[in-house]
Amino acid sequence: MKRDFQVLGGRAPRVDAGDKVTGQALYAADLKRPGMLFGALAHSPVAHARIVGVNADRARSLPGVKAVLLGADVPQVRFGVSPARYDETVLALDRVRYAGDEVAAVAAVDPDTALAAAGLVEVEYEELPAVLDASAALLPGAPQIHDMYPGNICAEVHQEFGDVAQARAQAEVVRRDVFTSKMQSGAFLEPQCALAEFDHAGRLTLWSATQTPHYVQRTLAMVLGLPEHRVRVVMPRVGGGFGPKASASSMEIATCLLARATGKPVKTLFSREQVFLHGRGRHQFRHEMETGIRRDGTLVFLEHRAILDGGAFASFGIATVYYAGSLLAGPYRLPNMKYDGWRVVTNKPACGAQRGHGAVHARALFEQQLDLLAEEIGMDPFELRLKNVMQAGDVTCNELNMSSLGMRECLEAVRSDCGWDEKRRQGRRPGRGIGMACGFFVSGAGYPIYRSRTPHCTVRVRLDENGGGVQVLSGAAEIGQGSDTMLATITAEALGIPLDHVTVRSGDTDLALDLGAYSSRTTLMTGSAAKEAAESVLRQIQEALARATGEPAGDFSFVRGLLHLRGLPHCVEAIRAEFQKERRGYSGLPAEGPLTFREASRFAFLERGLITGAGQYRPPPLGGGFKGAAVGTSPAYGCSAQVAEVEVDLETGQVKVLRITGAHDCGQAVNRTQVEGQMHGSMSMGLGEALTEQVLFDARGRILNPNFSDYKIPTALDAPELRALIVDSHEPNGPFGAKEVGEGGIMPTIPAVLNAIRDATGAVIDELPATPERVLAAIRKLGRHGPAR
Amino acid sequence: MKRLIRLRVNGEPVETAVPANRTLLELLRDDLGLTGAKEGCGEGDCGACTVLLDGLPVSSCLVLALQAEGREVLTVEGLAQDGQLDLLQQAFVEEGGVQCGFCTPGMLLAAKSLLDAKPNPSEAEIRAAISGNLCRCTGYQKIVESVRRAADLRRAARRGP
Repeated sequence: MKRDFQVLGGRAPRVDAGDKVTGQALYAADLKRPGMLFGALAHSPVAHARIVGVNADRARSLPGVKAVLLGADVPQVRFGVSPARYDETVLALDRVRYAGDEVAAVAAVDPDTALAAAGLVEVEYEELPAVLDASAALLPGAPQIHDMYPGNICAEVHQEFGDVAQARAQAEVVRRDVFTSKMQSGAFLEPQCALAEFDHAGRLTLWSATQTPHYVQRTLAMVLGLPEHRVRVVMPRVGGGFGPKASASSMEIATCLLARATGKPVKTLFSREQVFLHGRGRHQFRHEMETGIRRDGTLVFLEHRAILDGGAFASFGIATVYYAGSLLAGPYRLPNMKYDGWRVVTNKPACGAQRGHGAVHARALFEQQLDLLAEEIGMDPFELRLKNVMQAGDVTCNELNMSSLGMRECLEAVRSDCGWDEKRRQGRRPGRGIGMACGFFVSGAGYPIYRSRTPHCTVRVRLDENGGGVQVLSGAAEIGQGSDTMLATITAEALGIPLDHVTVRSGDTDLALDLGAYSSRTTLMTGSAAKEAAESVLRQIQEALARATGEPAGDFSFVRGLLHLRGLPHCVEAIRAEFQKERRGYSGLPAEGPLTFREASRFAFLERGLITGAGQYRPPPLGGGFKGAAVGTSPAYGCSAQVAEVEVDLETGQVKVLRITGAHDCGQAVNRTQVEGQMHGSMSMGLGEALTEQVLFDARGRILNPNFSDYKIPTALDAPELRALIVDSHEPNGPFGAKEVGEGGIMPTIPAVLNAIRDATGAVIDELPATPERVLAAIRKLGRHGPAR
Repeated sequence: MKRLIRLRVNGEPVETAVPANRTLLELLRDDLGLTGAKEGCGEGDCGACTVLLDGLPVSSCLVLALQAEGREVLTVEGLAQDGQLDLLQQAFVEEGGVQCGFCTPGMLLAAKSLLDAKPNPSEAEIRAAISGNLCRCTGYQKIVESVRRAADLRRAARRGP
C-alpha cells in the first residue's frame, strides 16, 4: 500500500543533531548540581568468595570522604530484571559471586578522593571454588552459586511444536552441528553514569545513562522503599545502549543511597573497565542443531539444544533463553521444532540483552546449516530460502503472527543489488567468498517485564496556547536510535504540519509512562501512542473550526501547516484579524492565503481552552497457551536479508569483509536516513561479533581485556562498504504502517560473513569470533579431512 | 602543587592554575565547562575526547594540561561561528553522520584536521583519518559520507557563488 506522506518517509535531519554537533547536547557525565559529591564503587577482586570481614575505617578517615556504605548499610532488597529471578543486591553482604561484584560505595568531594577511598575499603575474603564455564557449572557436585538456582540452572525451556520424531523420518537430508561463542560487550561509547539528588521534600531525582527509565524508577522505589511518584528518573542524552543499559544497576541504586546518606547530590561515573565488569552484554552460547530438509529443499524440522552461560545473575536471562529458541520458527515455514535450552549461572559478569537479544548466535548457526544443506542438494542458497519463506499472514509453529513480512522482497533486493547470480556463476576463487543469510525480529515485546496489564506507553501531545507549537511529552528512551525524531515525525504527519512545529520531550518518568528502548518496540508502540494523541489534538482543532463556521469538522485538515478545506473558508478573515490584533508590534505574521496552523491552533485554544491529546499503546493479547509463549510474541515482525563479500588470507586466516549488502523490511520507513543508519549499525556490530569481539577471562575469572585496545570493535578501517536497501511494506499494527529496524538488521550479518568465509575457504567456522587463529585452524582441518562441503 | 598556564581555547585566551597531573580533557570539561569533548575510555583508545592542539588531533585524556601551555586548542564548541554551523557540522546533520552523538565531537575534529590539510580526500584517506575515533552506532558509513559531503561543500564555498 503506497501512501502520500507529508513528512513521513523522508530524510529530514534528526531533531537532536544540531545539539550533538555543537557540544550543546548534555550527557549524564556533563551534568553538575550545586554541592555535588562524587561516588565510587569497590569491587571484588575474586570470582567467588565468602566475605569474612570488612573494615572501612581507613576509607572513612580519608579527608574529603563523606560516606562509605557497606553491604550491612544498604537495604538487602533483592532486585533484577524478571521478578521471578530477583537475585541481585546493591552491595554484597556475605558473599561475592564474580570478580567485579560490588562490595562498597563511597561518596567524596572529588572523583580522585572517592576512588582512593574505595581502594582503602578492606575486605577479607575466604575464597570458594569458582565455576567459570557453563559445562562445569552443570556438573554434579559443582559449586552452587545461588541457593535459588539448584544445579546452577537459572532457567530452562523445553518446547516442542509439531512432531519432530515423525518429521525426522520424513527428512531426506539431515545435518547436526555444534556452534559456540564467547561473551560479548555492548561497547557503547558512553560509559554508564548516574547523578542522584533528593529535594527538600524528600523526592528523588536520578539522571542516568539508562535505556529504561521506567524500570529503573520501579527498582529504585522497591529497593529504597519509596512510592514510585517520589522517584523521578530522567535520561539526559544517552551515548548508545544496545541492551546492556536496559535494567537498573547497583551503581544507580548505590548513587541514590549515597545521596540519601550525605544529603548532597552524588554523581558516579563508570570507567571503561567497570563497563566490562558490569557486563549485561551478549551471553556465551553453545548451540547444537539438527536440521532436516527434503531433497526439493523443503524445510522439515529443527531440533535445537542451547546452553547459555549467563554469568553471576539472571538479568534478562530468562527472556534470552526463550528468544534463543522461539525466534528460529521464522522467517521460514518450519512445521516441526523442538527446543531445549538451559540458562546457567557462573562466576563471571552477568550477561543480559544485547541487540538481537538471544536470537543472534542461534541464527548464526541455523543459517549456516541452511547453506550446508542447500549445498548437499545442489541448490542455490537463495533458492533454498525462497522455497521456504513465509509471507504476510503466515503464523509460525509457535504461534507468531507475521502480520506483514517482506522477506521475499528483501531476498530479491539484495540478490540483485550485489550481483549474486553473476558472482556465483564465476565460480569459486580461493580466498574470495560471498555468503548470504536472513533473519527476523520482534517489533516490540508483547508483554512487559513484570506481570501487568499496564499500557506499554502513554504519550501526550500538547498544543502551545499561543498557537503553532506542538509539544510531544513521552517517556520514550532516546539512546541514539532516533526515537525523538520518530515521535516528531509521526506527530507532524498526523497533524499535517512541518517538523519544525514539533518539540519532543522524552525520557523522563515525570512526563509519561514508557517501558523503554528494548525489543525494538518504540516506533511501533510509542509511535502508535503519539499518533493517537496527535489525532485527538487534530480533532479538537477541527471541532473548534467547525463550530465557528458551521462546516463539518471532517472538512478541515492541514497540509504542510496550512489549513485545507473543502468548501469556502468563511472564517479565515475573522480568525486572522483576531490573531493579528493580539500581536501588535510583531513582524512576519501571516497576512494572506490559507489560514496557518499557528492561527488555527490559537483560535482553537481561545474557543476551547487547553488542548491536549492523550495516546497510549497496549498490545492485543498475543501468543499461544504454552509455557513461555509470551517470549517472542510481538504485534509485528521486521525481517532482513544480507550478503557479505569477503577476502580470506589462506596463509594467515585473516578475514577482510569487502562489502555487506542488506535489505530490511521496516514496514513504512519513518525516516529513511535513520532506517539506513540503524541497518548500518547492526551490520557493523554483527561484523565485530563475527570477527573480533570476545570478552576474555583468566583462569581465576578476571577479565583480561576490559578496554577498547584489546576488546576490538570495528574501526573505520575495519568496516566495509555497507549498503542498506529499505524494503517498504505496510504493517497493519504499526503507526502509518511502520515497524522495527533497530535490532532485526543484526540477525543475518554473522551467518552471512561465516557463509562467505566458507565460500572462500571451504572451512566451517564453529566458534565465534572467527579470529585468524580459528579460521586458520578450520582451514588446516580441511587439509586433513577434505572440504566440509 | 599547581602551576599557572596560559593557552588559547577556541580563539580565546585562558589563564588557569592546574596541578601537574591534570589532563587537558579535565581542564576543558571540569575547569572550563567545555563538556563537548567526551570521555569514553580514558585510555586513548576511543577518540571521543579528540580535540585539536595547534590544528592536530590529540586524545585530550592522554595530554596533560601543562603540555597545552602556550598552544591553541580547538574543541567542538569552537566550530560554529556566529551561531552558524560550519560546513562539517552541517554535513553531519544532513547526511545522518550523527546517532547517539557521543563520538561526534571527536569525529568532527578529526575530520576537520583532515580537510584542513587535504581538501579533497579519498575514501581511504577519510577512513584513515577517523580510524582513531570509535563509533558503535553508524558503522561509519554515513560518517564517511558526511566528511565527503563536507569536503564538497567546502570546495564549493571556496570557489564562491
